[in-house]
Amino acid sequence: MAKKPQLAIDTRPWRDPDAKPFVRIKNVTKRFGDVYAVSDVSLDIYKSELFCLLGGSGSGKSTLLRMLAGFEQPTSGSIEIDGQDMTEVAPYNRPVNMMFQSYALFPHMNVEQNIAYGLKRDHLPPAEINNRVAELLSLVKLQDYGKRRPHQLSGGQRQRVALARALAKRPKLLLLDEPLGALDKKLREETQFELVKIQETLGVTFIVVTHDQEEAMSLATRIGVMNSGEIAMIGEPTDIYEFPNSKFVAGFIGSVNMVEGIVIEDEPDHVRIRSGELGCDIFVGHGVDCAPDQILWWAIRPEKITLSRDKPENAEDANVTQGIVEEIGYLGDMSVYQVRLESGKHIRVTQTNTVRGNPDSITWDEQVYLSWDDNAGSVLTV
Amino acid sequence: MSSFDTEAPPPRPRRPWTVVERGLAAVGLSGKALVIAAPAIWLTVFFLVPLLVVFGISLTVKQFGRPPYTPLLTNEDGTVQLTLHLNNYIRLFTDGLYISAYLSSIKIAFISTVIALCIGYPMAYAIARAPDQWRNILLMLVILPFWTSFLLRVYALTGFMRGNGVINNFLGLFGIEPLVMMQTDFAVYVGIVYSYLPFMILPLYTNLVKLDGALLEASADLGARPLRTFLTITLPLSMPGIIAGSMLVFIPAIGEYVIPALLGGPSTLMIGRVLWDEFFANTNWPRASAVAVAMLVVVVIPIMLLQKAQDAVQDRERAK
Repeated sequence: MAKKPQLAIDTRPWRDPDAKPFVRIKNVTKRFGDVYAVSDVSLDIYKSELFCLLGGSGSGKSTLLRMLAGFEQPTSGSIEIDGQDMTEVAPYNRPVNMMFQSYALFPHMNVEQNIAYGLKRDHLPPAEINNRVAELLSLVKLQDYGKRRPHQLSGGQRQRVALARALAKRPKLLLLDEPLGALDKKLREETQFELVKIQETLGVTFIVVTHDQEEAMSLATRIGVMNSGEIAMIGEPTDIYEFPNSKFVAGFIGSVNMVEGIVIEDEPDHVRIRSGELGCDIFVGHGVDCAPDQILWWAIRPEKITLSRDKPENAEDANVTQGIVEEIGYLGDMSVYQVRLESGKHIRVTQTNTVRGNPDSITWDEQVYLSWDDNAGSVLTV
Repeated sequence: MSSFDTEAPPPRPRRPWTVVERGLAAVGLSGKALVIAAPAIWLTVFFLVPLLVVFGISLTVKQFGRPPYTPLLTNEDGTVQLTLHLNNYIRLFTDGLYISAYLSSIKIAFISTVIALCIGYPMAYAIARAPDQWRNILLMLVILPFWTSFLLRVYALTGFMRGNGVINNFLGLFGIEPLVMMQTDFAVYVGIVYSYLPFMILPLYTNLVKLDGALLEASADLGARPLRTFLTITLPLSMPGIIAGSMLVFIPAIGEYVIPALLGGPSTLMIGRVLWDEFFANTNWPRASAVAVAMLVVVVIPIMLLQKAQDAVQDRERAK
């Protein structure tokens, strides 16, 4: 698994309201005929970020990336890169390079020629081009493959050539369209790590488009979740996972249990939600922007729930319900329990297998209590 | 552990072909051999044998009678004599007419090919890049002229280019003197390019339509302007199409007879006309055969060179 760059608080410019964004997307809309591929998206991306645009197919993430590269013109809105308006600038005049999902390596050129292509367009002296190509080849560990043609390389090698070619011109901003999409799982994990390392060493701003949430979580400094042409949420991976702002985001990232409930107590320091589906009250230990009798949703991650045979004590007489274990999925490091509540609702619970070969572990058809902390779940109004 | 209860494999289903297959196998033939044999026999009977006959005739001399050439084999008092006359071939090299006819044919075919390429490439490119719903209509328009007789179409060109034809009448409206177009090399070029343009466009189209748009975007992304992208990406990748199209225009154009006969003048020297004259005006079959064999050699050499170039390009592209 790739390691996230360890950022100190002061290297998170998005937390500083005075910081100047490097890429500024302002109210960008893109329409194809009657279809809004991207609608009114505004997004600020800061220098040296590794920003992930995450979304399903048709969410508009690729269209947004193509507008940054200049292959598509926004129907309205503007795109600023490094303080300069780029909305109308042709792709060949932008300080931006892109790594294509299909890699788009030129089949009639060898690896060196592919990497040198952009440098030749800048009319650099041949000696410098050679140096730069050699440097890039060693960066992506392909020193011995310079004379090969793309079809003589494996998928992983092609991916690295594509990366080297995109980095060759030392762009201020690198766009990556599903950079790891075509690789198998093992290679993907290795490459993820390398990608982050290269990004950190060069300090280039990366914008990565992906549909793979795991990839986004492990790569990104921040994630922008997209849904049907709009940005559903922007935040650091932990924000997105632990504090989703909507049912869509909560459901899109990771697995989640979602129940409907009605607000019965709305105080500044806590909220009590009654949920028939859950068969108990939910006590939320912080204030929520809601009104009494409002219907809303409460979402909790499977690992935030504790299973027990004995009824745990709860001071508020809430956050405890019971059910029957229907399915157990043993995954080695943890087990996934499918628990059926009295209402018929299924709840997914994961428990870490801390005891080796535990003979006393909870098993099929057992009556169990489910409990969670006051702040374990998210209250969602949309 | 017992292996007695294993069932016998189910009998192979009888297909109608099984009978045919067995019958063929009995005489030592397989379906594969037959499939290969069919075109081989066809080519032998209708191509190789006639070619050998022509080659045989080219080694005789003209005589009056029927057939109008001396026999290759004579039988005098039991002595079979094979007489090979090489003077037809020697004549090809010594008589300036033939050499200049060959050179002129190659020149006309070459220039026509280049012109057809220059016109055909943009058309093929435009069709390949056209929106889907337009593409088939545009292709249809390219192929449509084939539905009319070739002879008729070439003849119709005279209606455009003759002294009081469409073009000159139009120019006359502006008081421009009639241009002499018919019976010139110009008319021959127009005729060849017009007739063979679809053969240039179709292979180019099939090549260009496969071109991955992402490569062009990648090139632009790396800082190449559209013209540079065309020269460094599109053009090299469309080489197989260019070669195929050029072959399809160049080869028939060398031996073209109808177009120079209908549109060309007395000064338009092409080997097809020389051949025709030898056969029908001079009834010199041996000389005509020698001209034909030499033409074959002239045509085959460029084909082989182009084929080799195409193979090289395709090797490079294979397993892309």
